[in-house]
Parts: sequence; C-alpha cells; structure tokens
Amino acid sequence: MRKNAVAVVGAAETTELGVIPNMSQIQLHADAALNAIADAGLKLSDIDGIATAVETPQQIAHYLGITPTWVDGTSVGGCSFMLHVRHAAAAIEAGLCKTVLITHAESGKSMIGKLPRSTPPDSLNGQFESPFGVYGPPSMFPIPVLRYMKTYGITHEQIAMVAVAQREWAAKNPRATMKAPITVEDVLNSKMIAYPFRILQCCLVTDGGGALILTSADRAKDFPNKPVYILGTGESVETPMVSQMETFNSSRAFKVAGPTAFREAGISHKDVDHLMIYDAFAHLPLFGLGDLGFMPHEETGKFIADGNTRPGGKLPLNTNGGGLSYMHSGMYGMYALQESVRQMRGIAPAQVKDAKISVCHGVGGMFAASGTIIFTNER
Amino acid sequence: MAEPARAKPKPTPETQHFWDGTQAGELRLQRCDACANVYFPPRPFCPSCASRKVSIFKASGKGTLYSYVINHRPAAPGFTPPYAIAVVELDEGPRMMSNIIDCPQTPEALELDMKLEVAFEKLDDKITLPLFRPAKG
Repeated sequence: MRKNAVAVVGAAETTELGVIPNMSQIQLHADAALNAIADAGLKLSDIDGIATAVETPQQIAHYLGITPTWVDGTSVGGCSFMLHVRHAAAAIEAGLCKTVLITHAESGKSMIGKLPRSTPPDSLNGQFESPFGVYGPPSMFPIPVLRYMKTYGITHEQIAMVAVAQREWAAKNPRATMKAPITVEDVLNSKMIAYPFRILQCCLVTDGGGALILTSADRAKDFPNKPVYILGTGESVETPMVSQMETFNSSRAFKVAGPTAFREAGISHKDVDHLMIYDAFAHLPLFGLGDLGFMPHEETGKFIADGNTRPGGKLPLNTNGGGLSYMHSGMYGMYALQESVRQMRGIAPAQVKDAKISVCHGVGGMFAASGTIIFTNER
Repeated sequence: MAEPARAKPKPTPETQHFWDGTQAGELRLQRCDACANVYFPPRPFCPSCASRKVSIFKASGKGTLYSYVINHRPAAPGFTPPYAIAVVELDEGPRMMSNIIDCPQTPEALELDMKLEVAFEKLDDKITLPLFRPAKG
C-alpha cells in the first residue's frame, strides 16, 4: 500500500467510558460514530464506507441511516479495527469509497443488547478445548505464559511491572478507569485468577466504544483536525485454539502483522516515538516487543522492569493506561487506535513530546489474530 | 438439582475416529501418507502438504507438560477450582489441551516438561475424554 495515501480525519470514543447502564451496545456504536463525525466536521450522509465487528455492518449502517458503497465486517476479535483500517485504506486507494466510518462498541460490563458468545460443542474449540475447563479469556489467554517465562528466563516480577508501568500512565489520564498507583508487590498479592496471573494482570471489564473516519490524504487537509496518516499496515491470523499455536514462545500472527507494517512504512524500530501493544493480559506487551522486533524476547521482561516503557522512559508504551488500567470493553483494539491518533494529533492526556511516529499493534482472540497500524503526523 | 456438567464434545464426521478411539482406550492421531506429518486436531487431509491420503494410528499416549494455567475463577461448569488447564506435547509431535490428574494442582507439583501419560475418563456412553497423569517410573 502507498505510504501516507490515506488519513484519519475523525476520531472519538463514546461520551462516557466505564459503566454506562443507560445505553445498549448498538447505541454505544452510534454515540461513538456521532462523536467521530462531529470531530471530522462531516454529516452522516458523507459516509460511503462502513466497517465494524461483532455487530454487523448492516446493523450499524441501518441504525445510523448510512447507505454505503463499501462494507467490511471482518470480525477477528479485538484487533478487528486494525484490520478495518488496513482494508479501508486499500478500498479508498482503489476508489471503492471515499469516506469510511469504522465503529466499535461493547456493553461489556452492563451487557445491554450484547450478543452472547458461545462455543458450539461440535466446533473444534468445543471438542478439543471446552471440555478441559476453559471458561472465558482469563483461563485461556495466559496458558502460554509459563512456557514463555521458562524459555526466556522471564520472572513474575518483570511481568508484574507491565501493570505497574501502565498504571503510571493511567494516573495521567482523567478518563482512565483505574488511576491509583500500584507496586509490583500489590500485583503479586492481588487476587489469583488463573496462575500465574492475578487480577491486576488481567484487563478491566467496561462499557464503551470508539469510531474512526478515514479518507484520502489529498482531502485530509480540508478537515478541522490535524490529519493522522497511515504509514504502514499489517495483518494475519493463526488459530482460534490457543492450544494449537505453533509455539508459546512467540505469536505467529504478531510475527507476520508487525514486520509487514514496518516494511510497508519503511521505518526502523529506532524511528518509533510511541507504541501501543494491545494488553488484554500482562504478557502481551512482552510478546509484542519481541515479535515486532524491538528486541529479542529474552530482553523484553528486563526492558519493561527497567522502566523503559513507563512515563519518561525511552519507549512510551500503552500511554492511555492500556486494557489493564484505561478501559477494556472486550475488543480493546479501537481504544489503542484512538490513543495513537491522539498522540499523533498532539492532544493525548499523557502526550509524548514531539511524537511523529506511532505503532499500534493489536491482538484478536487468544493470539488468534493480529493487526498492526503505523501512524505518522508528517506527510 | 444435578451438578452442572462439564462441557461435552460433540463429534463431527471428521473427528469421530478420535472419539471412537478414546472410548476404546486409544489416543488416535493422523499421519500424512505423503509427507509423514503427524497432526492434530483431526481432519481428512494434511495441513502441511494438503494431501488427502492420511492414516489414523494409535499414538503412544506419552507426552510432556508444555504449559498450563491453574484456574481459580471463574470456574467452568463441572470443575472445582483450583484446577489446571494444561497443554500436553505428545511424543509424536502435536500438542493438545487436557487436564492433569493424580497430581496436586500446584505450581510445585506441575513442572514444565514433566513426563505424562494418557488416562481416559468416561463422561457417558458416547464420550470419553483423554486426560493425562504423571508418567510412572
């Protein structure tokens, strides 16, 4: 894909985040979409492309009153929105549509108008994972952690530091759900969920949503806010069964999506000013740092424990507080993208000074899928 | 009221041989006749070379503990926490999810790479699950 040919010209989250008992899931989509449209200074009738996940594009298009010429219902978990950005950029470049709206929302906490997720007993997951007691992401996503720790010599304390560093970022963010400082000891003494992970190493469960509006970079200068250009993109999928990953020492989907985006962007790791790595659980940033090629996996735990990703560190990571402290409605990828856009616009609550390149890396399912978007504010 | 039961698999045409195997006290895998790749979960073609010429064989039932969590909460129906959800690396190569029985469900007792052997737990007349326990000797 051509570098910087497409830009984000509208970006917004739902008016409220956290616990939103007075709105159903589809209305959360609409709230985020209307906020993004206002942010871009557009009318709903200007939108000719629509992408969303879990909810179908037809539900969102109908609810908002949009007649699209391009739709994308890619639904591969929490990184679906990274894939939507990539697909939308290609579609705009190909002339299939001009102005794309991507929406996410989830009534993850209040569960109003939320479709139940189920695993049929005759699916592969239903036959070869469900009978062994997996029950929701906390019992599945951390399954690779002990192997990863043994292979690379990573300690419990180092992984606990992921949560500590992100809480420091969250403390700077008025919209973050959890802001009180925590220590490594707090993390390692918090309630056990699925050994080796405790509750402070697991994502929050909240309500919320977000929306993005993309158009061609040539039109982007006519919009009210500073355009954020799409410099590089990547995507992949591996397996819906965490037990069937090629290895627990790495994510194959990460290793395809991340490097593809870097190659497309033509940048090296030292060019990255700001980094988001979807942190549904505390080991994700370690996998991300290694699989995206920032450093060998052996060094990821020490790198975070040494404070390199906390405020003032050399590689600001998950600067909104992440899924561990900011919010996590179920499919967090949209909020990672929103924070990258805020950082590129220069308006983030914990703004990284003079940041010009932001890498936003997402996961879907339990390492089932991945999407990486590299943004820049310079064309 | 009956205790909630653990999730029960429902075989498909492609997986029926596996579940027939566990009922007969065998852990059955598939091997590609063309490239000798051994794979799991079951399917009637080789995911490595796409050949449809594949054979079903009885695996050794031996393996090692690749990784696990000890689940505390929320617990799945039919399970009493804390219980380990393990991934076993079979001697033939493929990995599969299972539970470790006849072993304390603690980090001290559950050592990565420990040797395991298959054990069969009958759920009902149709379904028997392959579980694993520490290998003897």
